Amino acid sequence: MPTKKEPIWIARELSKCSGCRKCEIACSLFHENRIWPEASRIRVFMLVPGSDFPHFCAQCEDYPCVKACPVKALSISKKTGAVLVKNKACTACGKCIDACPGRIPHMHPTENRIVICDLCKGYPQCVKVCQEGGWNVLTKVPRKDQAYKLYARTPEETTRDLVAKMYGEQGQEYV
Amino acid sequence: MILGYAGKFLEVNLSTGNVKEIKFGDVVLKDYVGGRGLAAKILWDRLGSKWGKIDPLGSENILLFLTGPLTGYFPGGRICVSGKSPQSNGVVGSTVGGEFGVELRCAGYDGIIVTGVSEKPVYLFIKDSDVEIRGAGHVWGKDAKQTVATLTKECRELLKKRYPRYGEWKEPAMLYVGPAGENKVRTAVVAAKWTHAAGYGGYGAVMGSKKLKAVAVKGTGPLPEVADMKRVKRLIKVVNNNAYEDELWRRWGTGAGGYEVGAKTSSEPVRNWQDEWHDEKSFGVDQFENRFWIKHYWSDFGCPTCCLKIAVIKTGKFKGAITDNPDYEMQAYLGPNLGIFTPEENVFLTSLIDDLGLCGIQTGNVMGFAAELFQRGILTKKDLDGIELKWGDVEAFASLAKKIAFREGIGDLLAEGTYRAALKIGKIKNMDLLPYAVQSKGISIGAHGIRSGKDYPEIISYACSVQGGDHTSTTGLPLDGGESELMGIFNDSGVYCNFNSFGISRKVRFNFYEAVTGLKLTREEWCSTKALRVLQLQRAMLLLGGPDLKWDPKIHDANPPRFYEPLPSGPYKGKTTDRAAVEEYKNRYYEAVGWDENGIPLSEILRKLGLKDVNKALEKLR
Repeated sequence: MPTKKEPIWIARELSKCSGCRKCEIACSLFHENRIWPEASRIRVFMLVPGSDFPHFCAQCEDYPCVKACPVKALSISKKTGAVLVKNKACTACGKCIDACPGRIPHMHPTENRIVICDLCKGYPQCVKVCQEGGWNVLTKVPRKDQAYKLYARTPEETTRDLVAKMYGEQGQEYV
Repeated sequence: MILGYAGKFLEVNLSTGNVKEIKFGDVVLKDYVGGRGLAAKILWDRLGSKWGKIDPLGSENILLFLTGPLTGYFPGGRICVSGKSPQSNGVVGSTVGGEFGVELRCAGYDGIIVTGVSEKPVYLFIKDSDVEIRGAGHVWGKDAKQTVATLTKECRELLKKRYPRYGEWKEPAMLYVGPAGENKVRTAVVAAKWTHAAGYGGYGAVMGSKKLKAVAVKGTGPLPEVADMKRVKRLIKVVNNNAYEDELWRRWGTGAGGYEVGAKTSSEPVRNWQDEWHDEKSFGVDQFENRFWIKHYWSDFGCPTCCLKIAVIKTGKFKGAITDNPDYEMQAYLGPNLGIFTPEENVFLTSLIDDLGLCGIQTGNVMGFAAELFQRGILTKKDLDGIELKWGDVEAFASLAKKIAFREGIGDLLAEGTYRAALKIGKIKNMDLLPYAVQSKGISIGAHGIRSGKDYPEIISYACSVQGGDHTSTTGLPLDGGESELMGIFNDSGVYCNFNSFGISRKVRFNFYEAVTGLKLTREEWCSTKALRVLQLQRAMLLLGGPDLKWDPKIHDANPPRFYEPLPSGPYKGKTTDRAAVEEYKNRYYEAVGWDENGIPLSEILRKLGLKDVNKALEKLR
């Protein structure tokens, strides 16, 4: 297990996701002290029933969102490798969403700012609850020199992959 | 305002297109909580004085989609669908799993009250406080999977267009009907997520009668504020940990039942309940799992159990069939009850039933009834429009299911559900066909028999339930027992999944209610006052019935005749239900619940519960 000082990554085995949304519950409880699925930094999409999967920051090696921010509201945590949002600086312009290959960041539902996974200071709550259930869709691993950006995919792209695997050709009709 | 509630309800009149927000006072919410309890209250207040005249499929009926204060908090999200039932002519609190209840609460509503009838097919699209009635002509006639795909895409495009800077929009949660609901089939469901269904009650037909194809909702707010979040978090953990301990329950869901309930407890419907035992190992959970399950853990909001599994047929003539599990009820009713003992055929038929928007339990029941009539030569191939309805012939049952969903030929009669079909076909054939109808008060018996005495329902569980054959609302004594009908009312009024309450003490459930709402609730108060009040309301509306049928407790507080035939085979061969024991138990139950010897709620108890107008309405039945 990585120690708290190392940068981390959340490995994800999407086709195993049960869609229980405990990650959304844990994330929003941690950050907002409410059960608030739309304010969660990790959101479970189910564009086709059964193809539920968590959509959240992939921490790309080159951090295109951080580069795209015109007001320097985004930075990279040296401790964890997470993208951090300076809430006060963010103008909710949405440029980070467009820069993200997976269009992963989304606006906070009631405040004028973006929300991005901050890895809970190195102790991601989503991983914790996912592992409690014994499914291990999400696993915390040490961050190494790997192509994490591959996982920054739009909900439609990931859904197409998952339904191809689950339902074969006919799955594409449902996306 | 009581905590744990969004605080307002949406009322939509489909005749006028008028949409408004309404509120219920604290006293009403305290007494009736939500879901099933509140449904009984709303229906009585609005329709009680003319109950017997209300046609469940007419414009005056009210369709309810209600959450409860525990929805989204108690693990396993559900929504309660209700109205005057076209099956029992009473009230059923019919719940279905999924994210709908959570999305609705996050949109700021505790429920939706739908009145009137639309001229053209429509669907409701709710995004927080923006509520639209939109045309559904393009999805009318479409099956479950097509409907979900089309409306999911359409709603997400609307959101994207209206809120271009938000980022990616998740799918809204959706409830919908298939062709069966559109055609007002009394065994039609209100469905979610392709495979989930509110089946008992027949509210798919009510939704169809209102020309309401679907309701889609996206809420961006938090769940309503609770009284004690720390305590809520702790209680969520208690429920989760309890579920995590039961490895096989999680691994198999109810999917082990298809073999075991027959083989071990002799309480599974086999060939329209002519037997309840089978030892067909071909129907074992191992074969479902190894051959068809492509996802082993699928769940609804917050659920630690994940009793759902996704089954897909990838080869052979049924290639392309997709459904969940099938769960035990679907295995039984679309399996052994039709003489089908292969997982492949069962998965195929369940997938078809999902697509058509039919209830697998009640359609499996009525198809089994028809097959027995064919077996006995009462219904001929000609009567069945050329279908040779032999036990085990899955293609024949698939053809029949389609006929039922579209009300074609014989399907039009069977679409009335088992009880009404028995009366109608009996009239044509000039025979009493009720001995073959395995139902109670218009509602098919769930797939758990009583003859062996080895399963959970008791000998009066269906006979005296206010929800007829509903296996999730069975009754018995003691009234305040852990799995009594009064605790069923708690689950369905707090609105969460009862599967996650297995092994959870009543105390924890009441503590949960208190942590969310800030209101103390004891078992005593619940069972002797609040739940009992809901039960009496449901009983009153059930007995007032109408317009096509009414129930007389002396005749209809009864088990189906079949349950008095001896079991013909298996380890419990010869066992049957003792009529004298049923009468004795029924009398004790009547006394405990406050009903007179004829099964009518007593004035004394109704007055004590503050139900004076109910008492007055029941005068004519005494």
